[in-house]
Amino acid sequence: MDELQMEIPCIRTFNESMIEIDASHMETRELNNLLREIMLCGYEKVVLRNVCGQRYIGTRLYSPQRRVMTIEIYGTPGNDLGAFLFGHRILVHGNAQDGVGNTMESGEIVINGRAGDVTGMSMRGGRIFVKGDVSYRAALHMKEHGLKKPVIVVGGTSQDFLGEYMAGGIVILLGLYRAHTARFIGSGMHGGAIYIRGEVGEEQVDSSVLISRPDESDMEILGDCISDFIERFPDLSLDMDYVLEGDWTKLSPRSSRPYGKLYA
Amino acid sequence: MRSLLLPEFTISRSDSCDRCRACEHQCSFGVHTYDASQDMMISDNYRCAGCQRCAVFCPKGAIEIRPTPSFYRPNASWSRERIEDIKRQAETGGVILTGCGSDKPFRIYWDHILLNASQVTNPSIDPLREPMELRTFLGSKPESLSLSDMEAGTDPVLTLETPMLFSAMSYGAISYNAFQALAIAASRSGTFFNTGEGGMPAEMRSQFKEHTIVQVASGRFGIDAEYLNSGAAVEIKIGQGAKPGIGGHLPGEKVSQHVAATRMIPEGTDAISPAPHHDIYSIEDLEMLISAIKEVTNYEKPVIVKVAAVHNISAIASGIVRAGADIIAIDGMRGGTGAAPKAIRDNVGIPIELAVSSVDRRLRDEGIRERCSIIAGGGIRCSADVVKAIALGADAVYIGTAALIAMGCTLCQRCYTGRCSWGICTQDPGLMRRLNVEEAAQRLVNLLSAWSHEIKEMLGGMGINAIESLRGNRDQLRGIGLHEWELDVLGIKGAGE
Ligand code: SF4
Ligand code: SF4
Repeated sequence: MDELQMEIPCIRTFNESMIEIDASHMETRELNNLLREIMLCGYEKVVLRNVCGQRYIGTRLYSPQRRVMTIEIYGTPGNDLGAFLFGHRILVHGNAQDGVGNTMESGEIVINGRAGDVTGMSMRGGRIFVKGDVSYRAALHMKEHGLKKPVIVVGGTSQDFLGEYMAGGIVILLGLYRAHTARFIGSGMHGGAIYIRGEVGEEQVDSSVLISRPDESDMEILGDCISDFIERFPDLSLDMDYVLEGDWTKLSPRSSRPYGKLYA
Repeated sequence: MRSLLLPEFTISRSDSCDRCRACEHQCSFGVHTYDASQDMMISDNYRCAGCQRCAVFCPKGAIEIRPTPSFYRPNASWSRERIEDIKRQAETGGVILTGCGSDKPFRIYWDHILLNASQVTNPSIDPLREPMELRTFLGSKPESLSLSDMEAGTDPVLTLETPMLFSAMSYGAISYNAFQALAIAASRSGTFFNTGEGGMPAEMRSQFKEHTIVQVASGRFGIDAEYLNSGAAVEIKIGQGAKPGIGGHLPGEKVSQHVAATRMIPEGTDAISPAPHHDIYSIEDLEMLISAIKEVTNYEKPVIVKVAAVHNISAIASGIVRAGADIIAIDGMRGGTGAAPKAIRDNVGIPIELAVSSVDRRLRDEGIRERCSIIAGGGIRCSADVVKAIALGADAVYIGTAALIAMGCTLCQRCYTGRCSWGICTQDPGLMRRLNVEEAAQRLVNLLSAWSHEIKEMLGGMGINAIESLRGNRDQLRGIGLHEWELDVLGIKGAGE
C-alpha cells in the first residue's frame, strides 16, 4: 500500500483497508482528488461524511488496472454521482440528485432515498438500486451489448419519459409507495425491457412500446433482481413473494428499427 | 408503385468495349449486366449513382457517365430537383436523405477573399531556405505565466505539426479501412483524427492513442472511462454543420458485428443519436458534462466542444468558453455527412467563413480568446481556404470531405445507402476491401504535406514565418465582390482599400 499524506486534516480515521473523510467545506475537485489518491493507495473502502452537493463522486476513479473500492456516502451528493463509473460500489445514505450513474460502465450504486432526473442515463453495465422514486427520464438511452446488461431497480415509481430511447438493459419499478402515473414511457424505445409492478395504461406509454404480461423467464429475471433489492434495503423488511405476486406489466419495444420507414 | 422519375445519369458505352465485365463487378449499385444472348453489356441508367467507379476502372475507357440530357420544361421556380423530390416523396411518404455537404450555390466566401503578399517594404520569405513554423498548439492558454505556474503545469494542449486535423467520421458511417487510413495518416503527419460518435475499436487504441480525438455525442455510443482515456482529447459533439439541430440514425444494416461491439449495442439495431444530449439543456449543463469528462480523464486531456455554425454562433461560443471548453470546433453549413435529411442539409446553418470570424471577434472583445482555441471546419477545400480560415481567427481547421476525396470519394452523395463503391462509406466486406488501407493513408499523408507546403509558400509571401502570426491577422485579407455587411461580419476591408 502506497503512502497517503496523513496530515490531510479531513481524514478522520483510517486503518489497513478503510478510511473516513469529513467532506464538509470540501470543493468537488478537491474531494475527487483525494478519492483518487485513496484509490491509488489501495484502500478498499472509504466513508464520506457530511457530503453536500459535491459532484462527480466516483468519476475520477478510472484506472487501467481496474482498481475498485466501496464508497459510502452520508449526506447528499451532487449531480452526476458515479458518472462513467468503472466498477466501484457507491452507497448513499440519503437522496441523490440528477444524473446518477450517467453513462456508467460497471459497478453498483445504491441510493437509500430518492434519485433525480436522468438516473442511469446511457448506462451500459452495472446496477443501480433506488429505495425511493426516480425523477424524469430515468434509464434514458440505456444500452446493452453481449454480457453487459445494466439493471435499475426502483422501490417507488418514476416521473414521465422513463426509458426514453432505451436500447437495452432492464428497468424495474416496484411501486411500493404509490401508483404509477408517469406518461410517455418508452418514447423511441428500441431495446431492453421495463417491468412495472402495477397497472400501466396504453395512454401512459409511447406507440413504440408493446405492453404484455411477464412470462416465466421474465419472472426469473424479476426474482433475481428483486431479491438483490431486498438484500440492499433490509429496513424495508420486504417479503419477496408479496412483491412478486403483484400485478406485473412488461414494456418492450415493438421494433429494434423504430425509424426504418421514415426515409424516402 | 411505378416510379415516375427520370434517371439522373445517362451511361454511354463506346464500341471499344470488349465485354470484359469489369464494370459489372465494379458497380455496387447493380447498373451493368452482361446479356449473353446478345453478347453485350447493358446498363440500367435508373440505378446509376454517378460515382464514376466503372468509368475509372474500365480498361478500355469505354464508359462515359453524364447527367441525363433529358429535361422537364425549364421553369425557374420548379427546377428538376424540386419536381423529382416531390415525385419521390409522393411515392414513398418519406424524408429525403442525402450524403455529403450541401451542393447548393450559396456564396463561398473563400472565393471572395484575396490574400496579401509583401512587395518591397516587408520582404517575403523563401520557405525553401528559411524555417517556417506550422506547429500549432490547441487548448486553453494562460494569459500570463510566472515561474511558479510553470512548475504547477498548465492546461493540457494538443500539438499539431500542421494546422489541419481530420474531422469526425465514425466507424459505422465509414468503413474500418477508411477509419484506419485516417488514423495512420494522422499519426504519420503529426496531427489528429477524430473517432466520431461510433467509439474506438479496442485493438486500435494503444497504437493511435497520441493521435486520436475521441468523441462523445448524444447517442453516447461506445463510451466508457477506458474509451475516454484512449485518446489525446475528448470532443463533445453538440452539432454538425450538415444537420444542425437534429440527431442521426445509423441504420441497422450498417451495424455489423464489429460496429456493434465498438458502439456497445446489439448487432443490427438502429444506432439512434437523439437531437440533443439529454443531460444538456443549458450552458450550465454543458459545463457539467465538460467537468465530468475532465474528471474521468483526470484533467489530463483538453475538451473540445463541437457546434454547428448557426445564427447566434458568437454568443453560443462565448457560453461554451465560459462553460470550460478548451477548444471550440465550429462546423459550417457546407460540412459533410454520411446521412442527413436534404431539407436540413440545404437550409439550416451559416457558412463557416462568417461564423469563424464573428466568433473570433466576439471572444477577443470579451477578453476570453486565449482561454479557448478555435477549429474551423465544414467547407475547407484547399490550402488557401486553410490560410484564410486562420487569418479570420481559427487556430486550425478540420478537414473531412477533402480527406474522403483524397481516398477516392467522388461526392456521389450516396453514403447513406451503405453501398459506397469506393469502399469508404460502407460496411460491406467486399466493398470495404476495395480501399487499400496503406494506399489510402499515403494519399492522405500526401494531401496534408502538399497543403502544408502551399501554406508555407503563402505565409512566406506575406512575410510571415510562423502560422501563429497569421491567426486573426485580417490585415492580410481583402474582400472582393462583397456587400458592406459581409465585409463587416468578416472584419475585412474591400480589395484596393
Ligand atoms: S469495363 Fe469497359 S470494357 Fe469492360 S465490359 Fe464494362 S464497358 Fe466494356
Ligand atoms: S463516400 Fe462513397 S458513397 Fe459517399 S459520396 Fe463518396 S463515393 Fe459516394
